[in-house]
Amino acid sequence: MNTILEVKGVSKSFPVKGSFGKSKGAVSAVSDVSFSLKERGTLGIVGESGCGKSTLARLLLRLIEPDEGEVLYRDQDILTLKGRKLNQIKRKIQMVFQNPYSSINPKMTIENNVAFSLWTNGVSKKEARKKANDYLEAVGLPRSYAHRYPQSLSGGQRQRVAIARALVLEPEIIIADEAVSALDKSIQGQVLNLFQDLKKDFNLSLLFISHDLNVVEYMSDEVMVMYLGKVVEKGSAQHIYSNARHPYTKALLNSEPSMKVGVSNLDKHQLIKGELPSPLNPPSGCRFRTRCPHATAQCGNAQLPTIEVNTGHHVACHLWDMGTGSLSQNKQSDVLPI
Amino acid sequence: MLNESELTNPSLLSNEIKEDSLLKKVWLEFYKNRIAFIALIVLGIVVLSCLLAPLIAPFGPLDGEITDRLLPLGSTGHILGTDEQGRDMLTRVLYGGRLSLYAGFLPVVISIVIGGALGVIAGYFGRILNTIIMRTLDIFYSFPAILLAIGISAALGQGINNIVISISIIFIPPVARVAESAVKGVREEEFIEAAKSSGAQSISIIRYHVIKNIFAKVFVYGTTQISISLVLASGLSFLGLGVSPPTPEWGIMLNNLKGQIFINPLVTIIPGLFIFITALTINLVADGLRDALEINS
Repeated sequence: MNTILEVKGVSKSFPVKGSFGKSKGAVSAVSDVSFSLKERGTLGIVGESGCGKSTLARLLLRLIEPDEGEVLYRDQDILTLKGRKLNQIKRKIQMVFQNPYSSINPKMTIENNVAFSLWTNGVSKKEARKKANDYLEAVGLPRSYAHRYPQSLSGGQRQRVAIARALVLEPEIIIADEAVSALDKSIQGQVLNLFQDLKKDFNLSLLFISHDLNVVEYMSDEVMVMYLGKVVEKGSAQHIYSNARHPYTKALLNSEPSMKVGVSNLDKHQLIKGELPSPLNPPSGCRFRTRCPHATAQCGNAQLPTIEVNTGHHVACHLWDMGTGSLSQNKQSDVLPI
Repeated sequence: MLNESELTNPSLLSNEIKEDSLLKKVWLEFYKNRIAFIALIVLGIVVLSCLLAPLIAPFGPLDGEITDRLLPLGSTGHILGTDEQGRDMLTRVLYGGRLSLYAGFLPVVISIVIGGALGVIAGYFGRILNTIIMRTLDIFYSFPAILLAIGISAALGQGINNIVISISIIFIPPVARVAESAVKGVREEEFIEAAKSSGAQSISIIRYHVIKNIFAKVFVYGTTQISISLVLASGLSFLGLGVSPPTPEWGIMLNNLKGQIFINPLVTIIPGLFIFITALTINLVADGLRDALEINS
């Protein structure tokens, strides 16, 4: 499979200004993130809130300008593009936002919300509306909804509208930024399946951002785990979920509540200690070391190795070798003592 | 794709879903508010009869019989009496209302257009443009509004259009502030980001996403300004900064008649009464409109 989107060393930090405009430092939101998205593949990005997932999505769309790095769409760096050329490529990458109550204009009808993307790109209004209706149907909304206003729609229906709006420009990549987090569990399933169907029907590549490990496992071929703006581990979903190497990934997987009835998994929980450190002065070296149960003095070194433990499975931890074997094995209790 | 629970509800699947337009919903809500509705009717009668003055007024606005001067209310032929030159008060009030209403409404329209545009630009683009626009407008706040209006009118010279200009100028900064803060709220919404990522130009984002979402706020603010503008315009006219004498206008009529207040008090306060009724009904209508819009947004 070809690579459709390749991201190389993208970083973004936001300066923090104190009183009188004096710089108080910078919040490192995304730091040296690299990954590639395969054509028609799905890459899941996981991490706790505040780890830079959403900032990363906005960097790819150039809603925020990155400080450094390259974003290659079909081998073309979109960060250097300007004007019309940029707009042409922007259309190829569309985003579905987190909050369906904020991502749709309440003062426009459903149809116009979707058609806007087209007519603002020079399509006649009549044609744009016709196409909008086709896509509303494709996401499973009855035609009769077209002339209604968003306030009479449920969260799931609104998210369908948002998906239709993303699709109407005929993109090749859809970035779903926590696209199901705001929805009820029952609706989440429907929307996830919708994503799967649309991906097949429209040959889409999907960048699926979520904090929900189950959702990401269900959706993704490949998974990337982020912590405090940095990639800690990435690889195929199978590798990550069955053979996680980074202590953070392991802890994250362990903190997921068990769905098994009658099995108390409380003692198995290796909850991550402490709070997420402030991104205003992130720890040197491995950013997870302040909360890592295995941290050694070496972890503070600026040069953090990224090791390929398996084909395509990278981990940013020099202790990757410790406690080999999947998490389901008993050995994990040695790895992460309570 | 259609076999999902939220779509199997028959009431949602029927094709007969018709939603009232926003305008109709606002109107229905407004209609429920009795006081505002009655105020609208009264205001409508005043405005309409002023506009139709040439058709319904019994006399010409400048025609006066010096022998008929200062007739009391209810005199034959002069139902609202006559002024100090024997001109029919009803006629003059109706003709005068045209200029007074003109000076009440037009500055609000002008300030909404200019102030709204400045506020939208400042709020949407932010940064340096915001600082330049908003801080410049802040200068106007350092003068008392009425003093500034008098100053500008005096500098521009006599005339109703100069009153309109001066009131427009003092109304622009507050309108711009209201628009700017509303835009700042809308700008952070995700649908703006979505529009940006579709490659939309700023101008069409402003037109379709920003203005549609701030219009109600700015509009409601504008309606509350109409009565202030009306009173202010009459006040400036009263001070002699508006139209020149024989032309009727509520403010200057009050000024001309003030000498006769002890001779015929009821007649002399008629222009003031019209200013009062018009300002009051405008405020009541504006309140009702605000409530109706708030419920529907």
